[in-house]
Amino acid sequence: MTQTTEAPTGGVAARPGAAPGGRVTSTFAKALNAALADSMAADASVLMFGEDVGTLGGVFRITDGLTARFGEERCFDTPLAEAGIMGMAIGMAMNGMKPVVEMQFDAFAYPAFEQVVSHVAKMPNRTKGKVRLPLVIRIPYAGGIGGVEHHCDSSEAYYAHTPGLTVLAPATVRDAYFMLREAIASPDPVVFLEPKKLYWSKEEVDLAELRRTFEAGQAPRRIGKAVVARPGTDATLISYGPSVPTALAAAAAAAEEGRSIEVIDLRSIVPFDDETVCASVRRTGRAVVVAEAPGFVSVASEIVARVQERCFHSLAAPVLRVTGFDIPYPSPKLEHFYLPSVDRILDAVDDLQWED
Amino acid sequence: MLGGAPEGGPYDGGTTPDGVLLPSAEPVQLVDPDGHHHTDGRYLLPDGDRLLDAYGRLVAGRRINDQANALVRQGRMAVYPSSHGQEACQVAAAVVLGAEDWLFPTYRDTVAVITRGVDPLQVLTLLRGDWHSGYDPHEHRVATQATPLATQLLHAVGVAHAAKLRGEPTVVLAMCGDGATSEGDFHEALNFAAVFHVPVVFFVQNNEFAISVPLRNQSVAPSLAHKAIGYGMPGERVDGNDLAALLAVLGAAVDRARDGGGPTLVEAHTYRMQAHTNADDATRYRSADDVERWVPKDPITRMRTYLRALDLLTDEKEQALADEADAIAAAIRKGLNTEVTVNPAELFEYVYTEKTTQLREQAEQLREELARDAAGAGTPADDTKAERR
Ligand SMILES: Cc1ncc(C[n+]2csc(CCOP(=O)(O)OP(=O)(O)O)c2C)c(N)n1
Repeated sequence: MTQTTEAPTGGVAARPGAAPGGRVTSTFAKALNAALADSMAADASVLMFGEDVGTLGGVFRITDGLTARFGEERCFDTPLAEAGIMGMAIGMAMNGMKPVVEMQFDAFAYPAFEQVVSHVAKMPNRTKGKVRLPLVIRIPYAGGIGGVEHHCDSSEAYYAHTPGLTVLAPATVRDAYFMLREAIASPDPVVFLEPKKLYWSKEEVDLAELRRTFEAGQAPRRIGKAVVARPGTDATLISYGPSVPTALAAAAAAAEEGRSIEVIDLRSIVPFDDETVCASVRRTGRAVVVAEAPGFVSVASEIVARVQERCFHSLAAPVLRVTGFDIPYPSPKLEHFYLPSVDRILDAVDDLQWED
Repeated sequence: MLGGAPEGGPYDGGTTPDGVLLPSAEPVQLVDPDGHHHTDGRYLLPDGDRLLDAYGRLVAGRRINDQANALVRQGRMAVYPSSHGQEACQVAAAVVLGAEDWLFPTYRDTVAVITRGVDPLQVLTLLRGDWHSGYDPHEHRVATQATPLATQLLHAVGVAHAAKLRGEPTVVLAMCGDGATSEGDFHEALNFAAVFHVPVVFFVQNNEFAISVPLRNQSVAPSLAHKAIGYGMPGERVDGNDLAALLAVLGAAVDRARDGGGPTLVEAHTYRMQAHTNADDATRYRSADDVERWVPKDPITRMRTYLRALDLLTDEKEQALADEADAIAAAIRKGLNTEVTVNPAELFEYVYTEKTTQLREQAEQLREELARDAAGAGTPADDTKAERR
């Protein structure tokens, strides 16, 4: 059900030879840009706005060229006010548009939090579905780029805790493209978390082919569907967004030590794919959740709880977590101590009460 | 650029026809508290039929407020923020709009929503304590009554902006109270509306209090309407108990917006005659004398005097309006006497367009619990739990 027509993409490194010829290398950022452009071309009600998204093309250039191509009615700069951006998007969505807004950085989305929690998340419910809010909140998110404070928060738990929001975090170039298109096409509001440190990661993909695949309805659904990013038999690493490449690297390192580790890339935090996660854990009997956010009261905590509740009899060891420390995101010089590392993941895997 | 200043030349958007952004020195008044017409250099008195029609709605509005208060006292409604004394603002806000326009009300603006044509029982759904808004916002182009202060003003800007992009003639009238003007969202909404030059009328009902906090603790601006100039849009002050002036000033702002003149901020000076809600004790922060001073300014008596003097309002007409108001009140009473049937399955129905696996599981859990309750009334709770294991 998850990857019926596609091979798992497995991380962000270019995989020459993994696909038929004709493909070109694309970055994660370029795939997002293409997803926006293709969505706007396909549907005249799709609009893009935020801070510096027009002429500049966004501080990460994700909206590069959209104003030139679609005009400033379709991609435009707003005054510098996140609640304003979010609130206006709500009204536009109420009135027939599909707004995609960019919050410039994770921590600068907080002024819009009230609008997100009180209105974006609740409006469809409190109007018994009469008002749908088909909008997407794009948030360059999480750390690992040597950013200064307030530029590296992992804020997914705030959104995931709020019923009514769909929360996505892609980790591969193909997913970046397909998931953003799916998010824009969704009738429900989506918080789309873009791991900043993956913006420059590359894959060999033909973006035109991805467009054709999506528009022909041949891209398997990704909202609510996790994927096995690397198959394995001894333990499962469950991860999403920026931590997926690290989990894959850890699995590769473990393979050299003779352990076969499966890696699940959740992609969709809400809705959560219990089925794929639990099927894997039941098979392997051991699991570690890897996520960059502080661990206390986090998405990682939730995954641990779900897995223990559902897979208890299959577990050979407690489900462990490798997360950020419970501290504000550290300075660039210290962030590598904070971020889940391959070694920390391997240590956790070693702690899974192996018999040998 | 998109919206904003008209192309070419210095910025000349956001001005009234006579080029002034500043509100009038005194609130615009066309009919004084004694019911006498006042001439105003800028605003014409609406014609008699229009005033008479609006007056009828004013009478109904007062009756709705009285009825709702009574129903709270009887425990049939959870809460009611009364607009007693502010009915002229309520009626004017609704009747200046055309069918293609949108109204964005607050929790206090029940009478405005009803005046716009939404079924009173549906409007009162939220205030009965339900989880949903009770009406379909698209049906009458009335947004859900907003509780988080000032947040809805931005939604109004978005609706207007979308309409403008499609070239539709929609105007949006967004309401808030004096307290709400201190919120950041108020600022962002006015600024966005001005920068994008969208057809929104911001309508502040300054009733002098935000729960217990008086206006002087809220703002030291010369008036709330003066704030408009900071955004480059015209501001106007109007006597909020003068139905005629409200119709004229709001009507002009709506026309201006429809003609591409951009947003306006209108401040109505009125007074909250009753407590914030039935849960509030207004005697803790204001005296009975303060309230008494506003009694002679009542919007209904004033318009009644005016219309009677012109013989537009006859005894028979008054009786007919009173009967209509009674009928509305009776329908509300009857409706609220009927127990609503609640369907717990609905709890999971509208969170997402399609239920997530998790919501399907939780809905099923609740369904099973209810089925068990229905089947084995009297089953001890512990047994039920054991069964589940
Ligand atoms: C963001 C927010 N903060 C606080 C409240 C609680 N609250 C409800 S009404 C109110 C006073 C509002 O006063 P005002 O804007 O003048 O409107 P009025 O009630 O007088 O119509 C407050 C503080 C709220 N609803 N929303």
